[in-house]
Amino acid sequence: MEETLFFAAALGALGGAIGVVAQRNPFYGVLALIVHLFSLAVLFLLLSSAFVAAAQVVVYAGAVMVLYVFVVAYVGGDEESAFDPIPGQRLLTPLLGAALFVELSIAVLGSSLLALGGDGPEVAAGFGDPAAIGKLLLERFLLAFEAASILLLLAAVGAVVLAGKRAEVGSGPSGRHSPGVPAGPDPTSAERTPGGTAGSSPGHSAPQARPGEVPAVPPAGGSA
Amino acid sequence: MSTEWYIVLSSLLFAVGATGILTRRSPIVILLCLELMLNAGNLALVAFSRMLGNQDGQIFAIVVMVVAACEVVIGLGLIVAIYRRRLPLDVDELRELRG
Repeated sequence: MEETLFFAAALGALGGAIGVVAQRNPFYGVLALIVHLFSLAVLFLLLSSAFVAAAQVVVYAGAVMVLYVFVVAYVGGDEESAFDPIPGQRLLTPLLGAALFVELSIAVLGSSLLALGGDGPEVAAGFGDPAAIGKLLLERFLLAFEAASILLLLAAVGAVVLAGKRAEVGSGPSGRHSPGVPAGPDPTSAERTPGGTAGSSPGHSAPQARPGEVPAVPPAGGSA
Repeated sequence: MSTEWYIVLSSLLFAVGATGILTRRSPIVILLCLELMLNAGNLALVAFSRMLGNQDGQIFAIVVMVVAACEVVIGLGLIVAIYRRRLPLDVDELRELRG
């Protein structure tokens, strides 16, 4: 039973990975990656790590893949051309990948890890469940947990700065404040706008057409 | 199943992801192949964690997931910024680093 599940999930993971690499259309590549991630979650369950499997399904196959699908739909999934900038690139890279696989396998299997051939020790019933992982995260790995939270916060702020509407207005930092903020370009208004977006936007009755732009601009201006 | 199988599968998936990064030219697909490689690393971490009967490897896998999510967010933000500036979404044409 365990072997059957392992080989089915391994086939799914490998097929999804090859689908990501071989599909011309990025949209189908994203769908193949979702298959790959679900198969990996099955493998994680077989390795008796329930929490990582659940996080894989919820975080990756749920949230991250939705982000990918949105961006592919926004950018437009153009199929890339078959033109090779380097001659023979499409023939040489699978050879390089095969060489990498052989090298990794030799490096791991040729090492003197004695337990590598076995199933691993018998583990207790609570191995890898959310309670055990949460206890580890909040006690022994608390520093890594906090660092991960700061990293996520920085990534969110960075994404707002990168993908904000700054590039389209394009005439400098004062030009994009002028339609929404009537107070003029003195520094007090620049300080007031990030904190007072919720309170100041009902005050402007005239720019009803662009309430979507007004909250998007002050974080980009405040952190740039 | 013995741990060898998981490790061999992990290195195979890593090699497939590396092949994709070397072959493809769309930045979105390159990010997808990066995900493949990170997930291969995750699989190896969880397999070794099971082999040792120690849950620390699973914490490592979760931290790798967090880092992958941050990388995806920044990468997709860059792709949206590139698209807004009407630049081609092709890493061979974006090699000059000029805005």
